[in-house]
This record gives sequence, C-alpha cells and structure tokens, in this order.
Amino acid sequence: MSTYAVVNPHIEHDEPGMFKKYFWSTDHKVIAMQYLFTGMAMAMLGGFFAYVFRMQLGFPNHNVPGYGFVTPGRYNALVTMHGSIMIFWVAMPVLIAAFGNFLIPLMVGCDDMAFPRINRLSYQIFLISAIVLLSSFLVKGGAFGGAWTAYPPLSANGNYNLTPLGSVLWLVAVALEFVAFLLGGINFTVTAMNSRAPGMKMYDIPLIVWMIVLASVIFMASAGPLIAGAVMLLFDQTMSTGFFDPTRGGDPLLWQHLFWFFGHPEVYVVLLPAMGIVAEIIAVFARKKIFGYKTVLYTTWAVGFLSFVVWAHHQFVAGIDPRMANIFSITTLMISVPITEMIFLYIATLYGGSITLGTPMLWALGFIAEFLIGGVTGIFLGSSGTDIYLHDTYFVIAHFHYTFVPIAIISVFAGITFWYPKMFGTMLNETLGKIHFWGTVIPFNFIFIPLFITGTAGDQRRVYSYAQFAEQSRPALQHLRTTSTIALLVMLSFQFVFLFNFFWSLRNGKKAGPNPWRSATLEWTVPSPPPHGNFAELPTVYRGPYEYGLPGRADDFAPQNIPE
Amino acid sequence: MTTESHVHHPNYVKTWAILVLLLVVSVLGSLSHVREVVLIAAFGIAFVKAYLVAKNFMHVNVEKRWVPYLLVVCLLFIFILFAGVSPDVMKQSGQHWVKNPIATATQAASTPAKHE
Amino acid sequence: MSASAKPIANTRAGTGIPTAKLITWWVIASEIVIFGGLLASYIMHRLGHPEWSEAASHTNTWAGAFNTLVLLTSSLCAVSAHKAADALDGPRAAKLLRLTALGGLLFLTIKGFEWTKDIHEGFVLSSGGFWSFYYVLAGLHGLHVLAGMIIMLIVAADAAKNRELQRVECIGLYWHFVDIVWIFLFPLLYIAR
Repeated sequence: MSTYAVVNPHIEHDEPGMFKKYFWSTDHKVIAMQYLFTGMAMAMLGGFFAYVFRMQLGFPNHNVPGYGFVTPGRYNALVTMHGSIMIFWVAMPVLIAAFGNFLIPLMVGCDDMAFPRINRLSYQIFLISAIVLLSSFLVKGGAFGGAWTAYPPLSANGNYNLTPLGSVLWLVAVALEFVAFLLGGINFTVTAMNSRAPGMKMYDIPLIVWMIVLASVIFMASAGPLIAGAVMLLFDQTMSTGFFDPTRGGDPLLWQHLFWFFGHPEVYVVLLPAMGIVAEIIAVFARKKIFGYKTVLYTTWAVGFLSFVVWAHHQFVAGIDPRMANIFSITTLMISVPITEMIFLYIATLYGGSITLGTPMLWALGFIAEFLIGGVTGIFLGSSGTDIYLHDTYFVIAHFHYTFVPIAIISVFAGITFWYPKMFGTMLNETLGKIHFWGTVIPFNFIFIPLFITGTAGDQRRVYSYAQFAEQSRPALQHLRTTSTIALLVMLSFQFVFLFNFFWSLRNGKKAGPNPWRSATLEWTVPSPPPHGNFAELPTVYRGPYEYGLPGRADDFAPQNIPE
Repeated sequence: MTTESHVHHPNYVKTWAILVLLLVVSVLGSLSHVREVVLIAAFGIAFVKAYLVAKNFMHVNVEKRWVPYLLVVCLLFIFILFAGVSPDVMKQSGQHWVKNPIATATQAASTPAKHE
Repeated sequence: MSASAKPIANTRAGTGIPTAKLITWWVIASEIVIFGGLLASYIMHRLGHPEWSEAASHTNTWAGAFNTLVLLTSSLCAVSAHKAADALDGPRAAKLLRLTALGGLLFLTIKGFEWTKDIHEGFVLSSGGFWSFYYVLAGLHGLHVLAGMIIMLIVAADAAKNRELQRVECIGLYWHFVDIVWIFLFPLLYIAR
C-alpha cells in the first residue's frame, strides 16, 4: 500500500505568474475551468446556429436578423455545425472534461490527476481542435455541410459537398478532439483507479466518478474504428483514394458502420456523466442514499456493453442486410431496459426522501422527466418496422433532442448550479436560478413537441425550405414549425438570465462556505474554491458517499472522511 | 526510483529464437501452392507468435487478471464490429442484388486472370 | 516544490499496478481498437475482393519478412532492457533501449527503400483498393514505430542516469504491442496472395 506525506507538498510553493497560473497550469481545477469556458463559448455559437436555421424553418426565405439570408448551402453548414459543435465541443468538454477534471481528484481524495502534464496537453489539443473547426468558417466554400454524420460520397467529394476545404478542416478538428479526449479519458481512468484515498473501496466511489470513468472507457473503445475510418475519409477527401467510393470498389456503408459503431456508444458517453450529476444532486437534496448503488453500477456496465451492439439502428433504411436489422432491433429494444431501471432507481431514491427544491434539484428532476420522454420515443425508432417510416423525419430530431437537451443542457445546468459554490466560492442567486429553470424547460417542450407532430406527418430532415418541394410543404403544419421557432427564441432569451447570474455572482454572490449543501462527499470538505493541492491534509475514507438521513447524529449525514 | 520486480526474467533469447524459427516456417509455408497450408503458415503462426510475445515479453500472464481481460474485451469489440459490418461490406452479391454493378464490371474487365 | 515533483495522485497504486504501467495498458487497449478497426475493415474488403490478390502479389515478401525479423529482435532488446532496469542497472537498460530504437530505425529505412521501389513501379496510395489499404495500414504502423522510437530515446536518456527506471518496462510494453501489430500485418499484406 502506498505511503503519502501528511502535509501536502503542493501547498507550499510560490504563487506563479498569471500566464503560468491560467494558461500553462497543470492544476486540474484550472484545466476544468478552461474546458468549461471553452464549452460555454461554443454552446453560444451552437445555439446561435440553431436560432438561424430555426428562423429559416419558421419563417422561410426571409432575412434572418443578425445573420442574413439562409441559402441551401448555408443551411446545410448550419445544421452540420450545430450538431458537431453541440456534441463534440459542448457536451463532451463540459460533462466529461470540465466536471471530470474538477471533481475526480477532489472526490477521490488526492491532490491532482495522475498525469497533470498530459492533462494540460489534452486541453491544448482540444483548444486547437476548436480553432481548426472555427477556421473552417473562414475558408473558401465555408464550413462543411455534409451533416455531423459526414456520410461519403458527399463528405468525400468536394464536387458534391461544395466545401472541399471546410470538409477537410472539419474532419481534422474532429480527429484532434478525439485525441484530446482519449488522452484526458485515460488520465481520468488511471486516477480513479489508482489515486483514491486510503479506505475508498470500489463501492465507496461517488457515482459521478464511476460514470465519467465508464464514459471515458466506452469512448476509448468505440472511437478506435472511427479514427481508422477518419483516416480513410481524409485520404478519400485529399488523396484520391477510393475507400468509400463505390465506383472504385469502395463501400460507403463501411463509413456508416464505422461511424455509428462509435456514434451510438457516444450517446451513452455523454449520458452517463449526466446521470452521474443527477445522482449526486438527488441524494443531497432528498437527504437519502442512492437506492441500489450497486444495481445502478451494474446496470451502467450493462448499458455500456449493450451500447456496442445496437449501432445499426441508425442504418435501418441504408440498405443493410435485413437480417442484421432484425438483430439490431432486438438489441436496441433490450438496451432500454437497464436505462429504465436506472431511472426507477433514481425515483426510488427520491421516494420517502426529505426533498428541498433548490435550483440544482429542479434541474435534476427536470432531467428525469424530460429524458424519460426522449427514451420512450426512442422505442419507435429502435423497431425497424416503424423506423422505416420515421427515419430522417423530424420525429428523429425531436427524439434525440429530448435526450440530448437533458444531457447537454439540463444536467449541465444542474451540475453548474450545484458545484458553482465549490468552484467559485460564492452562491448563485436562487430566484434568478429558478426563473432560468422554468424559462428553459417550459419553452424546450414547446420547441420539440410540435416537431414530433410534424415529423409523424412526414416532414423530412435537412431540407432548408419546403417551398421548393410541393409534396413536402404541408402548409397546414407551418404554424407548428413557427411555434417551435418562437419557443426557441423564448428559451434562448432566458439563457441571458443564467449568464447574468453566473457572471454577476462571481463577484457579488453570497460567500460560500465549504459545504453549503451539506453533502457527504469529499470535495465539500475543502475550502471553496479549493487551494492548489486541494487537501491540506489528505483524507482517509471510512464509509460510502451517500450516508444521509442518519438518526442519532448532530447532523443528518456522515461525511466520508470522518471516522465516526 | 525502484521498479516492481515481480516478474521472473527467464532467458529471453530462447523465446526470440522460437519466434525467428516460426517466422522462417511461415515464410517457407507461404511458398506452398496449397491454400490451406499458406493460410495456416501465415495466420496460424501469427497467432502463436503474438501469444508468445504477449506472454513472454509483455508478461501479460503475470499481470493482474483484469489486464488481459480488458485487452480481450477490446478484441471482442472488434469481432463484434466485424460481425455486424461484414454482411454489408464483404458480400458482393446476394439474393436479387449485385453490389456496384458498374464497378464490378469495370474491374472484371481490367484485372488479369488470377490463379491460386 | 520542484517542477518535476510528482503529484501524490501519481504515486498511489490503488489497483496494485504502478500508475505508469496502468496508463500504458490503457493506451495499448485504445490502440487495439484503432488498429483492430482498420484491420477489420481491410480484412472485410480483402475477403470480398478476391481480385485484389493480383495487386497483393506485388508486395515485397522478403522485405516484409526481414522487417519482421528486425522487429522481433528489437523486442528482444526491449525486454532485456526491462530486465536490466529491474536489476537497477540504468546505463545498461539505456543501451538496450537505444539498440531497440536502432532496430526501429532499420525497420523504417527498409520500409523506405521498399516503398520507393513500389512507387517507382507505379503503386501509390490511390492505385486501387489494395494499395490504399496497404499504405494506410503500414503507414499508420510506421508512425507508431517512429513515435515509439522517440519516446524510447527520451526514456533512455533518463534511464542512463538511473532515473525513472519504471518507464523502461512501460515503453517496452508499447513496443511489443507495435511488434504484435506487425506480426499480423506481415501475413495480411505480404503473404496472403
């Protein structure tokens, strides 16, 4: 067993200059902030793109204020960039890299990640990937417009996609982002496995740490084949190879399979940290331990494994072997079982709890409710029979936004409002927080419920204007499309409440103590914000992370590091 | 900085010699005109060599058990990938369909006749 | 605190495996799926395109076989370096690591000559399905050989001063993995006709 200094050597060195402290730091908390702020900035860009294309769809062929006229090519680039940015440059950096970096060393009771310099390198590579992506807007032809799924031959051939430079830059940006997350993810995994405080056994680890680690492992295992595919696509784009060119003996379906072999586990890569955040919050705000911690863990492993055998449900109408379609339908319906079980376990955690509806708890409950809708609508898409009709309609868009928005937005706000005091040392304003919550969640439903309806009626995706396609136009439904757009405008305007609250509270918020939420996990035992090196004296752990509602104690909870 | 000396270090040259011998056998076997011999010589021996490197050089068998399990699971995922994708990518024709009729016609015309 | 002081996080070993080796195993796991994905794609295409055997017959089997010998020998040097490091003989480990890197250099040199000849005969990346895969597979592998060599020389520099000896085993593990990938690439690209 390892020995460690009782006094943490990190606490003692001199204060570094501003460059070293904020731009060249190896401190996991600084790196977490770098990821968080980069992710937030990219979210504003991705949200702006949604605004533009929804304005086009809600008020077709008018000038969009703040943007201009949406041509077909620009529309394609907007939806492509919206999807790519939201998944790769918002959801992943914030959920995995920001929360993972900030929380893991604190929650397992050590002073930093196992490899701080690799940590710094991963952010730098990530930043470069974001810059490469943004540069694609400035080149001739503009940003790539072949959808975030980048199916060849469209994505491989500049004569087809009309964005030859943009498509190469997009691919390179995605590849760099993958490298950053492979490095970061392996660092998280090794830290969580090896660097735990003495006494913290496998089942004493907070669920969010487990979730981020499992997400990193799933990402690592699924990204490999896509990296191979990306190399092949890059050469098809630039070196006249024919890996995916049917006229030269290649097969476009190979790309689809390689992409979705990654693409499906990827959605669980972002789902797992979101569920981890919700788990942490509901335990604290219901003053109750997680119902069935081990079951949650085992079902997560099951979800992780099953996520690798469902991918072709994205390709039911692509011309795959119909026998494979049967198999993938079955596995896809199967995977809904463990996820549902996890939701049941969360509900069981809440049942009988002493619930306070603080802002983080509102967000956590909102996640459960909205994700449930997303999940059940997935059943229709997982069965190949109904998917044949629904594929490429707005039903799919509504389904995945009912899963992705809870993941990338609702749970992120849950996490930020919950850990803000720890990160920044002040409290967010509760009233503004609640206004922001309702102003986000209610309009969100009004954006996507109309899209379920229009999708079922047959509205096709990735069409910039139905005016050009008489049989598609269904003018009777235009009021639904417009409603969706207006709801988005409402939702976006409420985000300014959050931005104001976030930045105003940095200076003017009520000062936060170490443990404003009275939580039992280790990150709440250190000052807010934690100093470099985290713990003046490294903790020993004596119990699990969710010992709440205990009778006969001065407090109703037992922190992990207190012996009795 | 001390290292973990939990591995027993045998004579590695012996393993190396076996590997080189296997290499020679596989190359000689590949010159055969019998397809099965070539396949076994090439790939069967490759598996044996990989196993020897993993066991004797990487000491995978001495590691904690989950390490080889992890590596095997990664391989398993690749097999799953192969199983799910090959019906589409590997097959050139099936019931009532032919893949890339233009491409296959062009290729059949341009490649010289092959023989085993 | 000096710049090279390790965080306590790095020195703990909750799994019983030292942190450096633990991260090496995870890196190898991630490389298995990268190369595995590429190899699986190649194998699917190769099995589905028997007409590629004509193109495949033009790869230089003797160069491939000799390169296999080079990599196997360099693996021997790498594992001997590990043995030396375990005996706390840093300078000897460094010497053996440098010999391993030399083997990598020889591998890449032979490949350079081999590819020069192939290109002169008109077989380039875009010469058709087989050659595209051939260059991507061997090229990606070659990049890993190069990266391995560079890291190996950095580890050797430290080992020569008896520092960070645990890294000798780790870079050796990576190198053996690169060797194993070649053990499969050789029959796939050079023998299967």
